[in-house]
Amino acid sequence: MRRRKRISRSATSQAIAGYLFVLPAFVSLAVFIGGPILYSFYLSFFHFSYLDPQNATWAGLDNYLHLFVDPVFLQALTNTAEYSLGVVPVQTAIALLLALVVDRVKGKSLFRVIYYLPTVTSTVAVAVMFIFIFNPTGLLNTILLNFGIHGPNYFFDPNFALPSVMAMAVWSTVGQFMIIYLAGLQDIPEEVYEAAAIDGAKGFDLLRFITIPLLRRTSFLVIVMGMIGTFQVFDSVYVISQGNGGPMGATMTVVLDLFNKAFKDMNMGYASAMGFTLFAIILILTLVQNLVLGKED
Amino acid sequence: MRDRKSKVSIGKVFFYVAAIAYAVIALGPFLWSLYTSLKPTSQVFNMWVPINQLNFHSYQNILTQFPFGRWLFNSIVVALIVTVGNLVVNTLAGYAFARLKFPLRGLIFYIFLGIMMIPGQVVLVPIYMLLAQWGWINSFQGLTIPFLMSPFMIFLARQFFLGMPKDLEEAGRIDGLTHWGVFFRIFLPLAGPMLSAQTIFTFQGNWNSFLWPVLLETQQNMYTLPVGLNSFYNQYNAFWNSVLAGDIMLTLPMIIVFVVFQRHFVRGIATTGIK
Repeated sequence: MRRRKRISRSATSQAIAGYLFVLPAFVSLAVFIGGPILYSFYLSFFHFSYLDPQNATWAGLDNYLHLFVDPVFLQALTNTAEYSLGVVPVQTAIALLLALVVDRVKGKSLFRVIYYLPTVTSTVAVAVMFIFIFNPTGLLNTILLNFGIHGPNYFFDPNFALPSVMAMAVWSTVGQFMIIYLAGLQDIPEEVYEAAAIDGAKGFDLLRFITIPLLRRTSFLVIVMGMIGTFQVFDSVYVISQGNGGPMGATMTVVLDLFNKAFKDMNMGYASAMGFTLFAIILILTLVQNLVLGKED
Repeated sequence: MRDRKSKVSIGKVFFYVAAIAYAVIALGPFLWSLYTSLKPTSQVFNMWVPINQLNFHSYQNILTQFPFGRWLFNSIVVALIVTVGNLVVNTLAGYAFARLKFPLRGLIFYIFLGIMMIPGQVVLVPIYMLLAQWGWINSFQGLTIPFLMSPFMIFLARQFFLGMPKDLEEAGRIDGLTHWGVFFRIFLPLAGPMLSAQTIFTFQGNWNSFLWPVLLETQQNMYTLPVGLNSFYNQYNAFWNSVLAGDIMLTLPMIIVFVVFQRHFVRGIATTGIK
C-alpha cells in the first residue's frame, strides 16, 4: 500500500516535470506554427487583403480553383517542377559518385570539408558569386572562350536563366547529400563485399548489385529531402531576378509567386491557398516516392 | 599478379583526379570571389591582377561608407539569441519525449512530427499579420521570438536521449535527485555531441536565413547580412569588388564556425539524416 502510493506520487511528479519540459516548445508550436496554420487555412477561403481587412469576402473554393487558370502560377509551377526534375537526379547522382570517390582516397576528411563548404554558405552569397562568375564577360565565359565557345548571358537570358539557377543549386547542395551517402556507405558491412567477391563479382558489378541496392534507404532519404528543398526554392531566384521572377518569368517559382501575391499584391487569401497547394504537392510526391522506392521494405 | 596491381593503381589515380577536380569546382567560386574583392575597382574584370596591386580598400569601403558593420552586428545578435533559445527549448522537449512518462506524450510528440512535414511558407501570411499587429516588424523580437523552436531538432534531441542507458536515471533517483536534477546533473553533461550538432545546424540555418528577414525587416538599419548584401548588390553592382567583399563577409564567419566544428557537423548530418 505504501509502496503503491510512493510510485503514484513519483508518477505524478514525473508527469509534471514532463509537461513543464515540453511547455516552452508547445507554446511556440501553438502560437507560431499551429495557430497560424489553422488561420492560414481559414484565410484561404476568403478574398482577403491585409490593407483592407474590413472588406474580406467569403470565397469558397475560388482561390484554389483560380490557381488552375492563373498563368503566373502555372508558369511558376512548371518552372518549379522543371527545376526539381533537373536538380534532384543530377545532385543525387553526383553526390553518390563523390561519396564513392571520397570513400576510397586518403584525406577523406579534408575532401569532405571542401565539398561541404558550398552547403554551409548562404544562398544569397552563392547567388551573388554566381552572378559575377556567370557574367557575359565573367570567369566561366572567359574559360569557355579558350575552347572557342561563346557563352550566353546566363541569368539574364530567358532560355538559360532557369538551367543556370539549377546548376548553381546542384553546386551548393551536392556536399550535403554526399555526406549522407558516405554515412550510408559506412553502414554496409565489409562481409557483404567479401561474400560477393567470393562469388566472383568485381568492380562495376559490386556497385550495381551490392552498393546501390543496399543504399536504397539512403537514396530514398536523399531524393525526398532534395525534392522538398527544390519545391521550396526562393532565395536564389529572388536575388537573381530581384524578386520579379524574370527574365520573362523564367525564374518565377511557386514560393516566389506566393511571396509576391501575398506581399506585393496583398492578396493574402489567395497566397494562403497557394501555400496549402504547395504543401499538398510536396505531400503527394513524398507519398508516391515512398510507395515506389520503399516497395520492397 | 602484376596485372592486378597495375589495374589497382590506375583506379587509384582516377579516384584522386576525380576528387581533386571536384575540390577545384567546390572551392573555385569562393577563391575567385575573394580574389576579385581584393582587386582595384578599375580592374575588376581583368582576369589576372598582380598580387602587389591587390588591396583591402573594398572592405574598408563597405565598413565605413555602408552599414555592413551594423548588418554584421544584427546577424550575430539574431543568430545568437535564436541558437541559445533553440538549444534550451528543443533539448528540454526532446528529453521529456525520450525519458519522462506523462499522459498524451505519444500524441503530443506526433503533433510535433506532423508539423515538420508542413513547409514554413504556409505560415508566411499569418505570422506577418501577427507580428505586424504586435508592432514587431523591424525589430529584434520579430526575427527571434517566433523562431525559438524546431521540431526537427526536438526529434534529434529525443533520438539522442533515447539512446542512453536506462540505469542512468534510476541511479540518479536512488541518489535522491529530482527529475530536474537527473536531467541537469546526469544527462545534460553527457549531451555534448548532440548539443554541438544542434548549435551548428541552428546557427547555420539562422545565419543564412533570407525569406523571413527580407519580409520582416524593411528598414536598412535592421537588415541582417543576407538582406543587406542583396540590397547592396542591387544598388552598387557596378562595384563588384565591394559587392564580393560583402559576400566574403557574409560567408567567412560561417565557414570558420563550420571548419572549427566540422567533426560534430558531419556526425550530426549522418545521424539525423539516416534515422
